[in-house]
Amino acid sequence: MADVRDLYQEVIFEHNKNPRNFGVLENPNRFATGHNPLCGDQLTVYLIVDDDGTVSDVKFEGSGCAISVASASLMTQMIKGKPQEEVEHIFQAFHDVCMKERDVEETPELEKLAVLAGVRDFPSRVKCATLAWHTIHAALERGEQGTEVTTE
Amino acid sequence: MAEEEIASRAVTDAEATRFQRDFPCLQQEAHGSPLVYLDSAATSQKPQPVIDTIKRFYETSYSNVHRGAHLLSERATDAYEGARSRVARYINAADSREIVFVRGATEAINLVAASYGRANFGPGDEILLTEMEHHSNIVPWQLVAEQTGAELKVVPITDDGELMMERVDELLGERTKMVGVAHVSNALGTVNPLKVLVEKAHANGTPVMVDGCQAAPRLAVDVQELGCDFYAFSGHKLYGPSGIGVLYGRQDLLEAMPPYQGGGEMIRRVTFDHTTYAGAPAKFEAGTPNIAGPVGLHVAMDYVADIGLEAIFAHERDLLDYATEAIQQIDGVRLIGTADDKAGILSFVFEGVHPHDIGTILDNQGIAVRTGHHCAQPVMDRFQVSATTRASFGLYNTREDVDAFIKGLHEVKAILG
Repeated sequence: MADVRDLYQEVIFEHNKNPRNFGVLENPNRFATGHNPLCGDQLTVYLIVDDDGTVSDVKFEGSGCAISVASASLMTQMIKGKPQEEVEHIFQAFHDVCMKERDVEETPELEKLAVLAGVRDFPSRVKCATLAWHTIHAALERGEQGTEVTTE
Repeated sequence: MAEEEIASRAVTDAEATRFQRDFPCLQQEAHGSPLVYLDSAATSQKPQPVIDTIKRFYETSYSNVHRGAHLLSERATDAYEGARSRVARYINAADSREIVFVRGATEAINLVAASYGRANFGPGDEILLTEMEHHSNIVPWQLVAEQTGAELKVVPITDDGELMMERVDELLGERTKMVGVAHVSNALGTVNPLKVLVEKAHANGTPVMVDGCQAAPRLAVDVQELGCDFYAFSGHKLYGPSGIGVLYGRQDLLEAMPPYQGGGEMIRRVTFDHTTYAGAPAKFEAGTPNIAGPVGLHVAMDYVADIGLEAIFAHERDLLDYATEAIQQIDGVRLIGTADDKAGILSFVFEGVHPHDIGTILDNQGIAVRTGHHCAQPVMDRFQVSATTRASFGLYNTREDVDAFIKGLHEVKAILG
């Protein structure tokens, strides 16, 4: 098994302690709450998507483990200002890396998210890392009035 | 009973180490360290005699039960019914016909909720549960409440995780048609004052359904002494196979209840116009049952009874006290569940560290604990946490296991602290 310290890298601690874009966004036009029924964790992602499809603002709130909070924090940092299609593209790349379908070297678009790639060696933690992404995916797809999603 | 008397009969660490060798699954390393299994409240490991008996049963005696006039069918039926008698003896039921084999405690409670509940509950009736119930003793009642118009009422718990017994009297009323309570809480470890609760319920004319999942493997259960009407538990937590569980029901109640599922085995006579049903327990065992399950459970009960439940309880209690003292020396630890009367279940949170992260780092050192809401989300809400970490003990655990666990928690602090 991989060393647990490969999973818990400094960047993850830092984002867990000081999550970026944390809180409620006033007047979002997309939002969704994601649940991980396995551990009871949940988080809500709020978005403002412009008419041209750009995610102009994003915030999240909720409680979770270090992996899920850091993942949500890194995600919000990364997608702000990006077009919706690119967000979905990054989600796909992140998903593939977590599920060992592609390697980190093949997915340069992950940039800083690569620090989370360690979860691939901890199968019980993959859902922690992907919860925020499943949630934003649901928000973009059908979250005009708010929606819910679970990792099950 | 005097404390010294119990202590003098407790399983010793040396004995527990010897028992550990009976459990093949515990003889391995996990991530390069010796496996330390502290998750027996979720499910227990199986001793060699249970594994061997199931294998031998399939090799020599397997057939369908209660049908077929041939040698194997007789052998299988004898083994299956012999297990029923063993279970009756284990919980001191008055008659083995009061023992219904089910898949697990969840199915047992669903059976009572669906059969007894649908027949006896109506609009405005009340089902009294406690705040510390496992989801399996909440959701089946919610389902039957939706169907019948009955409502759920809840006995609250204190900050220590004990039932507020003084609230029971006011919550029990003329509309209370069932009380559902855990004997031992899976999330808190609390041992509930069941006998007092049963007396109060019975004085009100209300039957009591007990979730005995955590009690059956760790303390001597006597259903006649407790006076409860229904008692449910699972084989897999009692060192037996998974997929087999027990519903004890008082005979007069079982006889009066309608069937839960229809099919073969549960009938007396079938025509397209009308079917008459077999008596209990066959009435509740439609279809070919799990046959090897009871056979394995029989041996598991022998194994546990040979050691002695008082001795097992005292041993687990010793480990709990030892672990409780050690864990309280670690900064930032808050115990969830500090009742005076507790079984070998230690639930806690670590300030600023999520249980899932604790679980992963302990696992990396070979230590298996449970993290999450333990299927008791109302308990989590009560203590305002989303999840806890839970170490739970079995007859095979030792103080050495506790030492490894405490050392593991220091490593958690070193990495995440």
